[in-house]
Amino acid sequence: MSEAADSRIPVTVLTGYLGAGKTTLLNRILSENHGTRYAVIVNEFGEIGIDNDLLVETDEEVYEMNNGCICCTVRGDLIRTVENLMKRKGAFDAIIIETTGVADPAPVAQTFFMDDDVHDAARLDAVVAVVDTRHVRQRLKDTTEAEDQIAFSDVILLNKTDLASAEELAGVEAAIRRINPYAKIHHTERCQVAISDVLDRGAFELERILDIDPEFLKKSESVQDHECGLDHDHHNGHAHKHDHDHPDHECGPDCNHDHEDTHSVKSYSFTAGDLDPKIFFDWINQITQIQGPNILRMKGILSLRDDPQRYVLQGIHMNVEGDHQRDWRDDEKRESRIVFIGRELDGAALKTAFEACVAE
Amino acid sequence: MPVTTPLDIDGFVISASFAGDVAAFASGEGSVFFAGGPETQTPVHKNGLLCATPSPDGNSLITGGGDGRVCKVCGDGRVEELAEQPRKWIDIIATGPQDSVAYASGRTAWVRLKSGEIKELQLPRAFSGLAFAPKGMRLAASRYDGVTLFWVNAAGDPLELSWKGAHSLVTYSPEGKYLVTTMQENALHGWRLADRQDMRMTGYPGKVKSVSWSAKGRYLATSGAQAAILWPFMGKSGPMGQAPLELGVRGDSMVTTVCCHPSEEMVAIGYQDGMVMAVRFHDNAEVLLRRPGAGPVSALAWDRKGTRLAFGTEEGAAGVITLPD
Repeated sequence: MSEAADSRIPVTVLTGYLGAGKTTLLNRILSENHGTRYAVIVNEFGEIGIDNDLLVETDEEVYEMNNGCICCTVRGDLIRTVENLMKRKGAFDAIIIETTGVADPAPVAQTFFMDDDVHDAARLDAVVAVVDTRHVRQRLKDTTEAEDQIAFSDVILLNKTDLASAEELAGVEAAIRRINPYAKIHHTERCQVAISDVLDRGAFELERILDIDPEFLKKSESVQDHECGLDHDHHNGHAHKHDHDHPDHECGPDCNHDHEDTHSVKSYSFTAGDLDPKIFFDWINQITQIQGPNILRMKGILSLRDDPQRYVLQGIHMNVEGDHQRDWRDDEKRESRIVFIGRELDGAALKTAFEACVAE
Repeated sequence: MPVTTPLDIDGFVISASFAGDVAAFASGEGSVFFAGGPETQTPVHKNGLLCATPSPDGNSLITGGGDGRVCKVCGDGRVEELAEQPRKWIDIIATGPQDSVAYASGRTAWVRLKSGEIKELQLPRAFSGLAFAPKGMRLAASRYDGVTLFWVNAAGDPLELSWKGAHSLVTYSPEGKYLVTTMQENALHGWRLADRQDMRMTGYPGKVKSVSWSAKGRYLATSGAQAAILWPFMGKSGPMGQAPLELGVRGDSMVTTVCCHPSEEMVAIGYQDGMVMAVRFHDNAEVLLRRPGAGPVSALAWDRKGTRLAFGTEEGAAGVITLPD
């Protein structure tokens, strides 16, 4: 399906802890984006009012699909609300869902892939997390929700940066990067961000998966000082070796040593040459079936043997979709890249298995 | 040939019905449109009309909306507000004996009795469907993992019928022996109420969103496939171990709406592409009532005598089809 032909209603999901600034961002979108009419779905009417004609309150209802898979969860309240909204198609152009601070983003996102009616009517554009720079590291220590929200996000607003020191900010950014290497991060005060950086991202559209180079790899090239916060031994091809006995280095909360790392969510990124399609698809089907509950998100751009086109895929838990995207250009290197973000994944085993898919 | 009186509706046709002799079409935009009465249109709800069902006496339409109101709309265009729950979306509604009306939003449902008294019911998870038993003030509420049966006027714990999964619509068979739900995963579930025997009805390629009992409750017609699927309920054990009828089979379009004739063994079938057919049970004889066009059929209703069929589509086409005698 070409992008122009996709007339489905775009949906933006806002996640983040209570007080991080979700409603501030929502009100900015509503007041600034003139000409676009939004249907806003909230889980609780907060203290800050939301100024919008079409505002729906729903009670979060997580449903397990009856297919025996514990990670195949959807939000029943969203299925119903989207169905109801589709009876008033003429009244709005886009949907924004503001989730509660403790909401698990996986069922929200999966609703747009697992329910046929919702999938036919609406497309998930992006998951946006608003993060309070001062409190997020504590949240990451205390809870798994904060981690899940960051792991799932395509766009992260590091908000309230005016209330944090430069050092704090760098530490927070590094902590976020360890969980999610490919989200776009914006530093904001009072959610001041260009609306185009939040809306119409096409983050789940296969046609728009352009590059999954983990952002921080690019960034780290310009970072001259000690980068232990940005380095991670699982990142393929990165040669920096962290020296634990570095005499001048004082261990602190910003460090990424195993003994300090409180995050259970990690990302793994691998590259390889042409893949054998049969071996690869057998493996990806198997790995997402078996490890689906632990795989939060996955993205890949693949070069399949004897195939003139790029193959792209993306997944949430065990829901994987993939398609041919376009011809490989002469000026680009044919290469296969895949990123897994997940909990308790065996990076070494994934790497070995991925490399075993390389065509002979 | 059947004769069609067309009607343009502003909005998604949520329901078609007859209020007395007047055909009434509820639009998602908030108004009710009429064919054959003194009025052509009356505004009912702000913020959208979400659900509508005819009153059991067949003289009015009961509607719920995004403005939290529940209204009674008569064929002459009169609108009476029955109840209001501010800031709630009323998206489920059912009518029952003695002019009672049940409606729900989220985890709360209310029953308005004829006297105007309103009773509140709560569930730990959201209500997803409501249906009154044909006799007695008993209300079935579908929900995640089953159905809860409330006795509206009596104290005591409600009866729980459990079956894992998300249940959507709920319907009683006309004589009250069976309870059937549609499910999230392209199936129906049923209970024989006498002994709570479970019945599973599966094999649908799509979600079942429209169900209709045939005359005397002999069959339950359903959408969700490229034919109307009719499960036999005349035997002692309902459809268990029996194959359903498949009527109006088409290779190129899904059935979206079904409505059984009030007295004959015949069903009106609306398809994804807008086509409407009437099909007889015993010989699968088909009569084309409307050609494809203007969106999926979203509403069908026979009048009391079964000589006129009101239809509506998601894109606002509607009309009344009069069948030859």
